[in-house]
Order: sequence, then structure tokens, then C-alpha cells
Amino acid sequence: MIWSIAWRNVWRNRLRSSVVVVAVTLGLLAGVFTTAFMRGLSEKRIQDAIRTEISHIQIHMPGFSDNTDFSMFIPAASGLADTLNGIDVIAAATRRIVINSMIASAETGTGVMITGVDPGQEMRVTNIHEKITEGEYFRDYRSNPPVVIGEKLAHKLHTGTDRKVVITVTDIHGNTVQGAFKVAGIYRTDNAGFDERNVFVRFADLAGMTGFHPSGAHEIAVRLHETQETDRAVGMLRELRPDLEVLPWQETSPELGYLTSAMDQYMYIFVMIILLALCFGIINTMLMAVLERVKELGMLMAIGMNRIKIFFMIMLESVFLSLTGGILGIVAGYLISKYYQYHDIHLPVQWVEGFREIGYSATVNTITDLPMVFIIALMVIITGVVSSLFPAYKALRLNPADAIRTDN
Amino acid sequence: MNIIEIRNLHKVYNTTHVPVYALNGIHLIFKEGEFAAIVGPSGSGKTTLLNIMGGLDEPTQGSVTVAGTDIFSLGQRRLIDFRLQHIGFVFQAYNLIPVMTAGENVEFIMHLQGRPRAERITRTRELLTSVGLADRINDRPNKLSGGQQQRVAVARALASKPRFILADEPTANLDSRSTENLLDIMEQLNIGEHITFIFSTHDPRVVRKARRVITIEDGKVSQDQEKSSGS
Repeated sequence: MIWSIAWRNVWRNRLRSSVVVVAVTLGLLAGVFTTAFMRGLSEKRIQDAIRTEISHIQIHMPGFSDNTDFSMFIPAASGLADTLNGIDVIAAATRRIVINSMIASAETGTGVMITGVDPGQEMRVTNIHEKITEGEYFRDYRSNPPVVIGEKLAHKLHTGTDRKVVITVTDIHGNTVQGAFKVAGIYRTDNAGFDERNVFVRFADLAGMTGFHPSGAHEIAVRLHETQETDRAVGMLRELRPDLEVLPWQETSPELGYLTSAMDQYMYIFVMIILLALCFGIINTMLMAVLERVKELGMLMAIGMNRIKIFFMIMLESVFLSLTGGILGIVAGYLISKYYQYHDIHLPVQWVEGFREIGYSATVNTITDLPMVFIIALMVIITGVVSSLFPAYKALRLNPADAIRTDN
Repeated sequence: MNIIEIRNLHKVYNTTHVPVYALNGIHLIFKEGEFAAIVGPSGSGKTTLLNIMGGLDEPTQGSVTVAGTDIFSLGQRRLIDFRLQHIGFVFQAYNLIPVMTAGENVEFIMHLQGRPRAERITRTRELLTSVGLADRINDRPNKLSGGQQQRVAVARALASKPRFILADEPTANLDSRSTENLLDIMEQLNIGEHITFIFSTHDPRVVRKARRVITIEDGKVSQDQEKSSGS
């Protein structure tokens, strides 16, 4: 019965309660949608990075990450890559040569990371070939071997497709060697920094130029069927080759590994700030509701309603008030987020380059999940309880004999 | 049987300037089934006395014993429960809960007592019938006249099956017809069901109906007159 009274008390002053409910609804709608948006943004960044830049798993000689010397190569890597391609959780594996080098056009030069890839196999692991905006993902030229460069690097070098660039590397003997390549294709990912730093040539061309062992590799990149299988696959590979360094994507790029959890924490803090702001509105409303019912509360105390029940009733009113707006906001935010899970959000054109500079796509799909919704709903209930404390305290301090004789 | 025993009751309000002596040594005994009115000029201490009898306010000195229990020896929590179980209140301004129907207002006190729902519903219907409002059970207070609201308040006070009912100026806001009607109902309940009523009042119509009239002046009982019914 107290639940029913509390619910009806919420709607005694419909306008005042509606204002609070609308404020809570809008606050929570914004909170849920922003949380889903930010989660979508970070998840897209992770998936893009895995698919385009780092793959799920990388295998190196131990210490390669700190020292990309030629001596750090995996012997018989082609055989290992073939073995990996036969494992069920692995979608594809490919070997690479990875060297820091210089690239120069007729006008200017810059330092880059040059990666020698087997194009056919690389296409099964990464999706650079889908990002080609100009030219082709490798083609044969009569005069020079092909190179694929990023759009930002092409702009920096003032070069374009079918034009020559010179790549300078150190060979296995420590000598500086140069090779002229023709730009076969220009790619554009959502990460401008990656586009500026990474150049792809054919494995055989780079091996021939540097004297690298044709069956070796600095790196074997592995793509899995499912990202969730990463830990299991890493375990299997570490068991298979304990002599090698097997790194999951979270270790290859630690900032990506923490991105989702860090983003979630930021968003919960964001929602808490929204709720804190709303808390003051609810306290104000509840305080008014208590102060205009002094006589009635005095009567309830007089007839024998104990303080615990009075407190419970006021707390329920506060929780109902916040939960009404909270549920509306969460449901609306959830539905809108669900819609944009399947429909792209295109950020304004002027933001696109800015987002690319920090590696993020300007096309986002929200990601919602029920645990997040439940946690936010729980936070709303806690807000309601906290908001009721001061008004309830004021009510409990009333003297029934005095309260009955007031005008309110 | 004595239902209330008041001994040497004093109440002093400590205001910022001078202490106000609201009650100055009241001795009173009420027996079961009384229909008593406490009268006196404004500020004489009627309401203070009623509040202390009902355990809503504490005396500065003295004791109030209800059915053998010194109510101020009970702790605050037990006193609230004692009020719930043993004392009924009717207030001048009715004080019904506006968001509840007449029936729910009556039923609520039984809910606080933890009575079963079936019993609550039956008794609510009986009580509203006894005050002539069975047909208004589902109406909210704002649909009822002042007299009807006060009759609901009487039904609510009776709902907890109290030892006695304290009514503070129950007719002050009512017209003559409603007053007569309310007093008739309370008198019938007093005679028929032996329910004890104690009023504080200025209203001569209440005084006429009362079988005992206690006059308070300057915080003391100046007159305590028993009379035969209706005289």
C-alpha cells in the first residue's frame, strides 16, 4: 500500500514531477546514447586496427619488438605459416619482412616502415587492398617493382600512381642499398598516421634487394575467424612454438587493449556526472514535496506510521520519480542506439580529417549491450535513493504535534 | 475501568524570552466509554493536554497512564506503535491523505498494523457504513464535503480498534448540519459500541452532547462536571 501511495504522491504535482521526469529522461537518453556511441567508436577503431594494421596475432623472434635487426628473423617461416593456415581457429596467416627505411620522390623524402608482403596471402589477413583509392594493390611494371603507399605519404612526397620513388634500406650485410619502385597503388585507411608511415612492397622484391632469406620472415601475421578466440589461439601458438614471441593484438598495441574498458569507465563517469546534476533537481523537487506535506506527514506520524516507513515512503517517491525518467531515457536511448547499430552515423565532413589524424573512423555504428543498460538503471536507482536522503531527513525531524498544526 | 490516568501534568514551553506554562498540575481520570469534552478559552492548554494524552508531545513533569501503561516510559519507537494500536485521532482539519480514496484512508491504518487484507476490506466497508459513507468508498477526499471528510476521519480513527479517540476541535470547520450529523454518529458509536471519545472543543453543540465537561483555565482544571446523557 505504501508503494501505491508513494507512486500517487509523485503525481500530486504533475507539472513539477513532469519537469523532473523530462530532465532525467533527456539526461539518461544522452548518457545511454553517448555511451553506445563511444563504445561503437572504440570498437570500430579496434576492429579497423586489427583488420588493417596489426592483425589478431603477430609472431616474431623474441626481442624483435625492441630490435628490428635482420638477425631477428624466424627461420623456415614459410613452413610455419603453412602450418598455421591449417589450424581451425586461424582464418589466414602470412609472413612479412619489416624494415625501417627511407622513401624519396623526386622532390622530397621521409622515413617509413617498409613491409614486404606476399600480396595473395596478405589479402587474406589484412584489408589494405580494399582501401586502395587510386591504382591497384600491386601490379607488374616492366621496369620497376611495385610499391603501395598511403594517401598521406603520397601527398607528402608529392607523388602519385605510376610514378617512381626510391627506397633506401640496409641489407643483411649492413650496406645501404637503394631500389627504384613504381607506385602501383595508393591506399587510404581511417588512420592518417598509419597511411603516412607504412609502405608495402612484395616480399620477393624486398628479399632480393636486401639478401633476406627467402623462406624466413621477421613477422608472421595471423587473422582469426573471431576476435574472441584471440586468447585461445595465442595459447595454442605459444604451446606450438615456445621459442617464438606470440603477441595478441592487445599486446601489439596496448592502447587498443585498454581502449574499450577505458572508454567504458569514462562513460560511466560521464553518466554519473549527468546523474549528479539531476540529483540536485530531484532533491529540490522532493524537498518541496515534503515541505508542502508537513501537516500530512505529522498526521501519519501521529496515527502511528513509524519513521522507517515514512523514510521508506519518501525514498520510494524519489526512486519512482528518478526511475520513471530513467526508464524512459534508458529505453529511448537504447532504441535510438539500436537503430544506429544498423544504420551508419556519418560525422560532419569537417570532422573526418580530424578523426583520421587520431586513427578513428568518421562513420560510426553504436554498440549497446544489456549489462550496460542494467548498470545505468542501477545508477539511476542509487541516484533516487541518495536524492531522498535529505528530504527524508527533513521529514523525520518533524514533531507530529507541531506538524499537524501548520498550514501545509 | 480507568482507561486514562493523568497525574500532576505540567508542560512548560521554553520560548526565547519567558517560559510559558501551558499545563500546571493536571489530574484527570477517564473511564472506558466516556463521551467527554475538554473546554476552555484559547491558550488555556486544551490542545497541549490532548497532545500529551495522545503521546504526541511530552510533559515537563507528570505522567499519563493508558490502560495501565505509562506511555512516556516507552521509548520513541514503542510509543509510536502504542499510538498505532491503542489511540485514535480525529483532527480539526480532517487530515485525510488526498491521493487515497475514502476507503484507502480508512484501510491504511490497518495496513500499518499489519492486518490481513481481507479483514481490512471488510472492516473498512463496515466503518464507512457506520458513518453513512458506504457509497463514497471509492471517492477521493476532494470529492467529499467537509462533513463527509470528517466522518471518514472518524472511521479512520476507529479502524485501528483503539482504546479511545482523541478529537481536537473536530467540528470547528463544519456547518451546523454536518456538526449535528457527526456528533450523532459519534454518540451512537459511543453508546452502541462503548467507544471512548475525548474532545477538545469550543463548540457549544459538542458541549451539549458531552456527558462530561472538563473546563481548563490557565493550564489547570477549573471545573469537571458529569451530566446525564444529552442534558
